[in-house]
Amino acid sequence: MSIIYMLLAISVVVAIIFFIAFIISVKKGQYDDMYTPSVRMLFDDELVKPDSKEKSDSKEKSH
Amino acid sequence: MEHCYHCGEDCLDEIIQYKEKTFCCTGCKTVFEILDSNDLSYYYDLEKAPGISPKINEGKYDYLENTEILGKLLEFDHGNTQIVSFTIPSIHCSSCIWILENLHKIHKGIKSSQVDFPKKKIRLSFSSEEINLKNLVLLLARIGYEPNISLDNYEEKEVHEDRSLIYKLGVAGFAFGNIMFLSFPEYFEINEFWLEQFKHVFRWLMFSFSLPVVFYSGKDYFISAYKGLRSGILNIDVPIALGITVLFLRSTAEIVLDLGTGFFDSLSGLIFFLLLGKFFQQKTYSFLSFERDYKSYFPIAVTRIFPEEGKPREEQIQVYKIQKGERIIIRNEELIPMDAILIKGNASIDYSFVTGEAEPVSKISGDKLFAGGRQQGGIIEIEALKPVKQSYLTQLWSDEVFSKDKNSVFQTLTNQISRRFTYAVLSIAILSAIFWMFYDPSRAGNVFTAVLIIACPCAIALAAPFTLGNMLRIFGKNQLYLKNVNIIEQTAHIDTVVFDKTGTITANDRSRIEYEGVELNENEKQLLGGSLRASNHPLSRSLYNILDKNNISTPDHFTERTGLGLETAYKELKLMIGSATFVNQSENLVQEIQSDKKAEKTSVHISSNNQYKGCFSFHNSYREGLSELFRELSKDKQLIILSGDNDGERSRLSRIIPEGTKMYFNQKPGNKLQFIKDLQKQKHKVMMVGDGLNDAGALAQSDVGIVISEDINVFSPACDGILDAKRFKDLGKFFDLSRGAIKIIKLSFLLSLCYNVIGLAFAVSGNLMPVVAAILMPLSSISIVLFTTFATQLLSKKLKN
Repeated sequence: MSIIYMLLAISVVVAIIFFIAFIISVKKGQYDDMYTPSVRMLFDDELVKPDSKEKSDSKEKSH
Repeated sequence: MEHCYHCGEDCLDEIIQYKEKTFCCTGCKTVFEILDSNDLSYYYDLEKAPGISPKINEGKYDYLENTEILGKLLEFDHGNTQIVSFTIPSIHCSSCIWILENLHKIHKGIKSSQVDFPKKKIRLSFSSEEINLKNLVLLLARIGYEPNISLDNYEEKEVHEDRSLIYKLGVAGFAFGNIMFLSFPEYFEINEFWLEQFKHVFRWLMFSFSLPVVFYSGKDYFISAYKGLRSGILNIDVPIALGITVLFLRSTAEIVLDLGTGFFDSLSGLIFFLLLGKFFQQKTYSFLSFERDYKSYFPIAVTRIFPEEGKPREEQIQVYKIQKGERIIIRNEELIPMDAILIKGNASIDYSFVTGEAEPVSKISGDKLFAGGRQQGGIIEIEALKPVKQSYLTQLWSDEVFSKDKNSVFQTLTNQISRRFTYAVLSIAILSAIFWMFYDPSRAGNVFTAVLIIACPCAIALAAPFTLGNMLRIFGKNQLYLKNVNIIEQTAHIDTVVFDKTGTITANDRSRIEYEGVELNENEKQLLGGSLRASNHPLSRSLYNILDKNNISTPDHFTERTGLGLETAYKELKLMIGSATFVNQSENLVQEIQSDKKAEKTSVHISSNNQYKGCFSFHNSYREGLSELFRELSKDKQLIILSGDNDGERSRLSRIIPEGTKMYFNQKPGNKLQFIKDLQKQKHKVMMVGDGLNDAGALAQSDVGIVISEDINVFSPACDGILDAKRFKDLGKFFDLSRGAIKIIKLSFLLSLCYNVIGLAFAVSGNLMPVVAAILMPLSSISIVLFTTFATQLLSKKLKN
């Protein structure tokens, strides 16, 4: 049963790693703007499609 | 009616067709062209008509070539990398974010840009070799995102984001979770073999987890309690600090002496919940600022000229550098930054912001101009009388009221209750200890500490933050943005409401226009429309908006005389449109008209072929629901109108507002401040409702200062709350809700007292087990949170209808 010391040590270390990760993310300012990233992530997916569509549209017109 | 593809406004004047799309003005079309040619038309797919019609004044940003000012604005400047941050008030939708973050596609000099939407800020990284700051700002302005650069930017220091509460909350939550795991086995299994073996490890681990909670997360409570005790106030933090101390000491003693597990779980849970409450009430509206002074309005630089050297030389110079006697140029729509004398040009100065006067005043060469006025019309040349910091308006900010922290004086409801509560708890603890001293002395200390532990007013301390925090959010959803939660408590106690007039109870646009005089014939009407369309004077624009636009004749001959009016002709018809003196050459008639119209001074006179016809009078229209609001408020509050304007509107006002409302006119900013001070000396709790810089002193002095704003993104003076003008009529409901919030807090106090009584029963009888404390404490806290949430939601229904 003395394995429990080991397990305790591991669990505390894992917990502390996550805790440190949290502190670092706060320090870097990841929680300062909680809104913009949520909008920004939606752009990248759609960015390509309308762009190429626009180009082909204008090409059609010029032809 | 066609709508503009870019900005969505109705196309009023003219419709511009371009690429099968309609635009309301060339500005909007230009933005579309810029975006379209750069493959950025996705902008219009994200949101419908997301654009802002650009209004640019090219010469306005010449000062951005001044290296000293540049140095102050740039955050980083090395080699070909420059970084700058701007506030852009017109950021409002996801299209805005997208276009601003794709600026590099428009100009290759821009390396990257990042938008902070809640703060309405953009951070741009660019190369000054390819695009200088002036052109960068102009580019932004051209696509409708004109940044706001004011004197504030010049002095802006690194704003340090205070994240300590998040750290403290993180530490407390981390420790709370771990301690709960470690303490769980001992809740139920007593005397089990393996548990006996390991419990010491568990206990000391819990002890070490609790150390950062007590000494880091909880340190504010000790500091605040100490401060409170030193100034003789038993604030809520005193019993909390006492509870934390007793919890920690007793728990440590228990594990050292091997008496039990201690209360580390309750201890960390208590601090975690308390911090959660603090975090919850810390709602901020980052896109608003409640701390503005004149610096947010004043320009960062002005154009200085040297007339004496033969050929006039112009120079952009930082505004603080202007000395007495130097000459500067003020263009249309620019602000006069210091007291000065008018040298050249026709000045029509709009002082509405400073004095509350509704109409622009005409000034002639040699007249004195005061800081804060806005020039309307052509270019003027002025000579500074005083440097910026010594001008009349800026002097107002040296009043002590602006350096005082209002909140420090205010005694919150929680603190009022906590005094009685602390005495009660201490006496119960001592009495029960004395009782056990005789009955079973070995348990006396145990009972004494148990009482202090269980009575730790966690639930009481949470009632106010959650109720008021919820209220703050509900108010925010209804366009009343408050600086912090204390304002709600203060609002509930208000017995006197002081209103400013211009811009506060009157709407800014002059929508009520009446014509008096001889009826105009068709031809005259058509020419009038055409002439007004060509003019950019604000009065012309508002008059044009109400006219019939179907048949308009374009004038053959058109002259606009700044400060006077329009002279216009079409075929045989000649019209004079403008001020009374301009339109009428005969003196008698002018005097007659002027004395007649003294009360309502804004009017546009018209004469046709030198024959006087009549005039259009502009009235300030009062905000919708004004008289209902006043009637509602006057039931239990004293109402006062305090205006910087003249008393021309007195008779009209007294007709629509209830009797007994006091009215004072011609009040200077300093008078207003003093007026509020006098009211407070008579023990009144005063709310000031204002809008401009002229109210700044009164807003700061009053118990609650609310600013009415037609566009909340436009700056408003330092205040405690900003109310959207559309919700002006609901001001009474906000009062009701604030009072309701106080009632909810009182009910929560009762509820938490019930829990305390149950807990005390355990404690006094000497049966307080750690598991009981660990259940009771979160249970009471959570039920308080639930109760306040439901109650505030129920109350908020009032605002919906």
